[in-house]
Amino acid sequence: MGVRPRAAMIGVMPATGVSHVSRLPGVAPRSSGSEPPLRRYIDRGVLGGVCAGLAEHLGVDVRLVRLLATVLVLLGGLGIAVYAIAVAVIPVDPDSAAAGRRPGARRDAVLIVIALAIASIAGRASGLRVADSIVWPLVLGACGLALVWRPLVGPVEQPGFGRRLSPRRLLRRARQVDGPRLAIGALLVSFAAAGVLHAAGVLENLGKAIGAVAIVATIVSLLFVPWLVRLARSLSTERSARIREQERAELAAHLHDSVLQTLALIQQRSDDPREVAGLARRQERELRHWLLGRPGRSGEETVAGALERAAAEVEELHRVPIEVVTVGDGPLEPELEAVVQAAREAMTNAAKFADAARVDLYAEVEPDRVEVFVRDRGVGFDPRAIPADRRGVRDSIIARMERHHGRAEVHSSPGAGTEVALVMGRGGPS
Amino acid sequence: MSGRCTVVIVDDHRLFRSGVRAELGDAVDVVGDAGSVAEALEVIREQRPDVVLLDVHMPDGGGVEVISRAVAERLGTRFLALSVSDAAEDVIAVIRGGARGYVTKSISGGELAEAITRVAGGDAVFSPRLAGFVLDAFAEAPDARDERPAEDPELDQLTPREREVLRHIARGYMYKEVAQQLGISVKTVEAHVSAVLRKLQLSSRHELSRWAVQRRLVSLD
Repeated sequence: MGVRPRAAMIGVMPATGVSHVSRLPGVAPRSSGSEPPLRRYIDRGVLGGVCAGLAEHLGVDVRLVRLLATVLVLLGGLGIAVYAIAVAVIPVDPDSAAAGRRPGARRDAVLIVIALAIASIAGRASGLRVADSIVWPLVLGACGLALVWRPLVGPVEQPGFGRRLSPRRLLRRARQVDGPRLAIGALLVSFAAAGVLHAAGVLENLGKAIGAVAIVATIVSLLFVPWLVRLARSLSTERSARIREQERAELAAHLHDSVLQTLALIQQRSDDPREVAGLARRQERELRHWLLGRPGRSGEETVAGALERAAAEVEELHRVPIEVVTVGDGPLEPELEAVVQAAREAMTNAAKFADAARVDLYAEVEPDRVEVFVRDRGVGFDPRAIPADRRGVRDSIIARMERHHGRAEVHSSPGAGTEVALVMGRGGPS
Repeated sequence: MSGRCTVVIVDDHRLFRSGVRAELGDAVDVVGDAGSVAEALEVIREQRPDVVLLDVHMPDGGGVEVISRAVAERLGTRFLALSVSDAAEDVIAVIRGGARGYVTKSISGGELAEAITRVAGGDAVFSPRLAGFVLDAFAEAPDARDERPAEDPELDQLTPREREVLRHIARGYMYKEVAQQLGISVKTVEAHVSAVLRKLQLSSRHELSRWAVQRRLVSLD
């Protein structure tokens, strides 16, 4: 019995304020928001499913979204630019992609585009227009960008272990873009740029050259945005995969160093039950510490931690199980070390002389004092008649506690076991 | 209850089940065992044992799942949790689920048989470790920042006497010894422990509900 696998639990082990448990780093359960992610639904949509996706994401009626989109389109065509970018950037919902477009969707789309075109021309005729020199290049540019970006902004690939995302692979991915699409897109963007440059030239004569350079630079960098986004996303995915792999390797290393070694030892010593029990017990203790995330030998030492370590050492030396129960905890201040040492001595005595099957240690760490009880159900003795050669009780327990302004009491009687009670004030001598 | 009490052992490790069977010997009547939640419910339905010895950690939801389904079916059996796990919230969760006690797997056969009999009789069984957890959870004001005033003082706090009894149990005293130390009867000790168990199960004290929420036992409302 003893050790049982709990690896499956690690991910859900919560952190509590009470010093018993802390979450293992980096394996927090993933939390998810309640609203659906922004996706396009081509099976429900009319053109690219953008409005359907937006409606789903925001939790509003799809008709409202469509109305707003139509108004935006009619307002000098700005809506076209927005829509084109949205088609390019928002990924298609996988289920929706599998479902495919509605039958007749293509015809509907053509009809709607024609209707929108007529409506906007009618709108322009009646004077409903916004600065043409800005909007039309914008629309043109947006459509161009959409064409270029479209195949690049997709779901992020899951990089497999050891499959690094090298510049060469990025390049290969870039080459997957088909030429005509890229060419048309670039052409549209160039037209747009020319339009903007023209407008800028009319408006601004002085900073013409500077403006032109800035605009061209902007446009070129815009063209590369998807590559950059993609690169960043891939890198972060890869990094988290690497962290997971590291954690797994650490877990494997730990199990190998501790559990597997102990199991091998147990097989070797299978003829010595006492030794086997001791080995199993020690391994159980170590594994539990590790699972529950108590600070080990490194880091700040606490009273409970020090007591548990002392108990483990005594247990290993004398092969008697020691049950440690602690309530509360606090940093191991220098004067409290005396308590730990006295408790250690009491445990040693119990393990060596009491002939008990088990020793119990109970410690209560309160803000103003620390109390430790070491109890066994062993042979017991008469405290008034401690043999002269057993100076441990008098010197190492009682005298030590008194030197540090604490108190120790030994209750024992032959046949009824022994209990050593240690009390020490905290925050200055009591 | 007449004669020896009947027991079903539920643990997903077969080796451990046979070990417990051997340890218990003739002290109780082991009428069946099970290695999974579904198996456990089947055996409990069939045998209607006095006590089910229940492992805290099992696949498919563990001991808590067995208890909650058995309670829903009104199978009228009592549960004693048995585990190597020392995470406070695991133990508190199974107690709040309805187990009448918790002992660690390092317990000796004799002590385990005694604990089973106690649970069968309707009493509560606290191991030193569980007593420690409870004292921790019911500490006066461990965290002044988020400690709300006790909503139900009767349920949310331990009386000084209950605290004293728990401290003795945590120190490794058996009920009989606690009674001797405090100059009260064993019956009174049992009454105190049962009262603590009731508080443990019903109190909405912050620490307890937090632990329960972390184990997804209760939903936040």
